[in-house]
Amino acid sequence: MSEHKMKSIWFFVGLILMSMGSIIFITGIYQYFFPPAVKTVLADTHPNIWWGLIMAVFGSVMFIKTKNHTV
Amino acid sequence: MEAIGLTLIDWVIILIYFGFVLGIGIYLRKFTTSEEDFFLAGRKNSSWVAGLAFLSANLGALELMGMTGNTFKYGMFVAHFYWIGAIPAMLFLGIYMMPFYYSSKIKSIPGYLKVRFDEKTRVLNAIAFAIMTLLVSGINLYAMALVLHTFLGWNWDVSMWASAITVAIYVGMSGLMSAIFTEIIQFFLIWFGLFLVSILGIVEIGSVHEIIARINEYSAHVSFTTLWSTSADPMKNGMFVHWGGIVLGLGFVLSFGYWTTDFLVVQRAFSAKDLRSARMTPILASFFKMALPFIVILAGLIAIALSNDPKSGFKLIQDGGQVNYDSALPLLIARYYPSGLVGLGVTALLAGFMAGQAGNVSAFNTVWTYDIYKSVLNKNASNKNLLWMGRISTIVGVVISLVTAYWAKSFPSIMDYMQAIFSWVNAPLFATMLLGMFLWWITPNGAFWGLVAGIASSFTMYVGVKFHWINESIITMSNVQSDMAANFWRAWWAWVICAVVTVVVSLFTKRKPKEELVGFVKGLTAEVQETPVPLLKRPEFYAIISLVIFIALNILFW
Repeated sequence: MSEHKMKSIWFFVGLILMSMGSIIFITGIYQYFFPPAVKTVLADTHPNIWWGLIMAVFGSVMFIKTKNHTV
Repeated sequence: MEAIGLTLIDWVIILIYFGFVLGIGIYLRKFTTSEEDFFLAGRKNSSWVAGLAFLSANLGALELMGMTGNTFKYGMFVAHFYWIGAIPAMLFLGIYMMPFYYSSKIKSIPGYLKVRFDEKTRVLNAIAFAIMTLLVSGINLYAMALVLHTFLGWNWDVSMWASAITVAIYVGMSGLMSAIFTEIIQFFLIWFGLFLVSILGIVEIGSVHEIIARINEYSAHVSFTTLWSTSADPMKNGMFVHWGGIVLGLGFVLSFGYWTTDFLVVQRAFSAKDLRSARMTPILASFFKMALPFIVILAGLIAIALSNDPKSGFKLIQDGGQVNYDSALPLLIARYYPSGLVGLGVTALLAGFMAGQAGNVSAFNTVWTYDIYKSVLNKNASNKNLLWMGRISTIVGVVISLVTAYWAKSFPSIMDYMQAIFSWVNAPLFATMLLGMFLWWITPNGAFWGLVAGIASSFTMYVGVKFHWINESIITMSNVQSDMAANFWRAWWAWVICAVVTVVVSLFTKRKPKEELVGFVKGLTAEVQETPVPLLKRPEFYAIISLVIFIALNILFW
């Protein structure tokens, strides 16, 4: 095993969920003000806003808690 | 299948995933300096990391599109794959089998067969396993390319090669370590990417009760919404299978064969940092395994309920006049997900295929390097040479998978093909492992000839039925049958044949001295004394909770 310390897997999971969740959330906000021409079923519930937010918050917590962890 | 049509945002989400996977492969490369790092991820993972990887290695192509499609075809009986077809075996692995596996510091299941029996049994199993892994790996590659081809509209060959090259690069760089990292990322992407389908389906239809009521309204004679209550009469359930086939074939042989002896999943537990973590690995994974039907089975039931309602406008795609069951999940994604989320849903599917593929390739490179190359071809190979061979075999494995992927493409039913492969290799192997671990007097020749008889009989039954040499009802003991019922029963018979031949040959051949078997047979081995830990940290405690939830779920959906 190398001398260097390796970042924990949870750091990477947090980072990817935070990035994807934020993009989905921002897209949802944009579509709230500028609705797309083709609507999906239940589009009025704006799933990309709340699901994107849940994902981004979950990922951020994971990212922040593990950003200084090494294994 | 029609292309769902992706927006720029969806593409960005997909690219982030691929960027991460390759980036992690590059990042981990500098930490992969020894053969143990490459093949056993340095043996330093926590039970959470090993547990999620253990489960995710199994979350391949079939778990997502395949099982949702199968629920549409067979109904709630498919949940047996997740409950009786997994949980008892996972708990058995954690409680009884893992101490043997872990304490012997073996690097592979064929490795165990060598120390318990002999070299020829090991090599036979290694070859059978390597072939099986490449066949399954080809299916994953095919399924992944199918997504790229049909969802994104890519050319078929480009889809296949793009999938293969990505997997070869990141597994080749850091072996099991990068496979495990990707598997854990994939676990979270699957939950975030696909669970929303079930949530939105329930919101649209009203409740889970309403979904079940709608399905029952349209299928009065055959039940699609029960687990056990219609299993006494195969005519009354969507899978046309008797409970005997489910319990013996799926619940015992296929399940225990897969979860306790398939190196692909067991290898993840070997990567745990200590024995307690290794034992906790399958037990923790069992909780998440039990939860998976709330994605795949529920989505399948939602698809049935919607397709029964002409006003919903939901209809599975027809390919050449035949219903394409695998289209259920993608069509639900298209129905509910706005842009951004579509990218996430497609990424979750791709991640499932990538992880399944990576799992197969990393298991193949380990078994090839240790159990065929080092054991037969180059007995004095140095560690450096083994690491090099691990990387080379990864690339070769992916190339062979490409060939098997084109072959898998020609099969009408992937599910049938997959279960058939498992019944050839895993079902008899489970008999060999079980007898070898619990009975000291089982001999090397008994194990070898039992395994040969088990593999050969299972394959013969499959081919015999396929070409109508054997009447299927002899195997399934029923006048009605489905492919799935035949798979369950064939596995059971292969197990019985392997066990009987092993025992009979062992009675007449030379036994290994007891002292050589210490550490490899229960009863001859001093129980490993783990450091005493509080009740809340003991694997047995969590195994009991898991068992209680398992029983409750079966009663709830009886």
